[in-house]
Amino acid sequence: MSNHSRLQSILSEGRFAITAEIGPPKSADPHKIRDKALLLEGCADAFNVTDNQTAVVRMSSLAGSVLLLQMEFEPIMQMTCRDRNRIGLQSDVLGATALGIRNILCLTGDHQSFGNHPEAKGVFDIDSLQLLQIIKKMQDEGVFQSGDPLRGTRPTAFLGAAANPYADPYEIQVDRLRKKIDAGAQFIQTQSVYNLEKFTTWMDEVRAQGLDKKVHILAGVTPLKSVKMAERMKFHVPGTDVPDTVFEQIRNAADPAKEGYAIALNTIRELRHLKGIHGIHITALFWEEIIPALVRESGLLSR
Amino acid sequence: MIITKQKPLEEILRNIGPKPVFLVGCSQCATLCHTGGNDEVIALKEQLTSKNIPVSGHVVLDPACHRQNNKRILKDHVEELKKSEKILVLACGNGIQTIAGLFPEKQIIAGTDTLFLGEILHASEYQKRCVMCGECLLDLFGGLCPVSQCPKSMLNGPCGGSSHGACEINPQVECVWDRIIQHLKKQGKLHLLTVVQPPKNWSKAGEINRRI
Repeated sequence: MSNHSRLQSILSEGRFAITAEIGPPKSADPHKIRDKALLLEGCADAFNVTDNQTAVVRMSSLAGSVLLLQMEFEPIMQMTCRDRNRIGLQSDVLGATALGIRNILCLTGDHQSFGNHPEAKGVFDIDSLQLLQIIKKMQDEGVFQSGDPLRGTRPTAFLGAAANPYADPYEIQVDRLRKKIDAGAQFIQTQSVYNLEKFTTWMDEVRAQGLDKKVHILAGVTPLKSVKMAERMKFHVPGTDVPDTVFEQIRNAADPAKEGYAIALNTIRELRHLKGIHGIHITALFWEEIIPALVRESGLLSR
Repeated sequence: MIITKQKPLEEILRNIGPKPVFLVGCSQCATLCHTGGNDEVIALKEQLTSKNIPVSGHVVLDPACHRQNNKRILKDHVEELKKSEKILVLACGNGIQTIAGLFPEKQIIAGTDTLFLGEILHASEYQKRCVMCGECLLDLFGGLCPVSQCPKSMLNGPCGGSSHGACEINPQVECVWDRIIQHLKKQGKLHLLTVVQPPKNWSKAGEINRRI
């Protein structure tokens, strides 16, 4: 079992990193995770395992991450604050790192009203920044949130957070990134990029404040598979920005999936040369099989 | 102000059954949000009577959560109360429990659902303002409360899901974090938000008794 995050090594050596998302199944079937992992073998340096994303019950991210570890894939365990309070979260950090998980992405989590149990009570005892701060303190100072000391081995994980250049109000988003870095974020995975212009403007500001030197930013890419998906991303998913031009390109295409792939490919090429971007994070919702081609054709394999 | 809404009549009827009932309202919050004032108590009495459910009497307490005051006011209704095994209360959850405590032998029927502690924006619109967390943080956020008004109670918001100032959970509601930012910006105090707020001390919300 490695004591160190491979993702952290790659990024700290200044190499370009690729991460990809693996959503756990709505079942107890370990093969669903294994099959997705085999499909993506060699395509990414580490794999995000989502934590009941969009508040839909799935296999836990901790279990999914361990299934990847058993295949010698490196997981990035996502943790949200929706379903566990500070006691449950800290307990899972201890368990996850004991089992060999070396990357944790801290998120506040989608509200339960969006998922398949809208009648559930959301926990939200803490938020993503506080989760980062708590894990950092467990690692650096050997204390729990309450100040009570850990006894023995401290957790060791490379800590990540999300950033969204398209969120409202825009003016606060760079400050919010800085706050996440202050709280303990070592890497950032951004919201999926469709509006390159706005993303570039955000990165200009990030660089102007020197934040790209303090944290490794991986830009998010999600290929659009269909007109329906483009519509959902444009009009229904909070905090995403699909510009009219991109939307029209997909809508007018004879083969929307092919067009979506071409757009994603171009986006990756542009992002790769954007100063301050240290990697790409690919989330192919229900379209994981497209990732190998995307990685190969964008030239990321030989990076 | 404690904001309530009346339960649907069918649900109330199902819980009452055919036997006589005594009605209780409240002169304060339930009156101001039109769920248990004199007008609403009389209206419900008429509806019940028209469904052949006898109403042995009614009263509007001042307020229903005041135990000692209730005892005094209810002295005038002893005979009416004797005729009913059931008391239907149109007050907040507190008022209902105060009546339940005074009449342990009676069946208590809740006529309202208690929603939140909020502000009267207009005569007919109310908005949540406080979850009584036991430790007020309003001075950190320009007098606007994310604990009660953000659906994720984020102390380090915004979450990133709001759009043009509207909350992602309910676009009819303004994102409180958007309001906090705009407000502090106007005051030139946006720097207040650069500090990472630590986890909240929720043990303060656990108080259930207070003597002075």
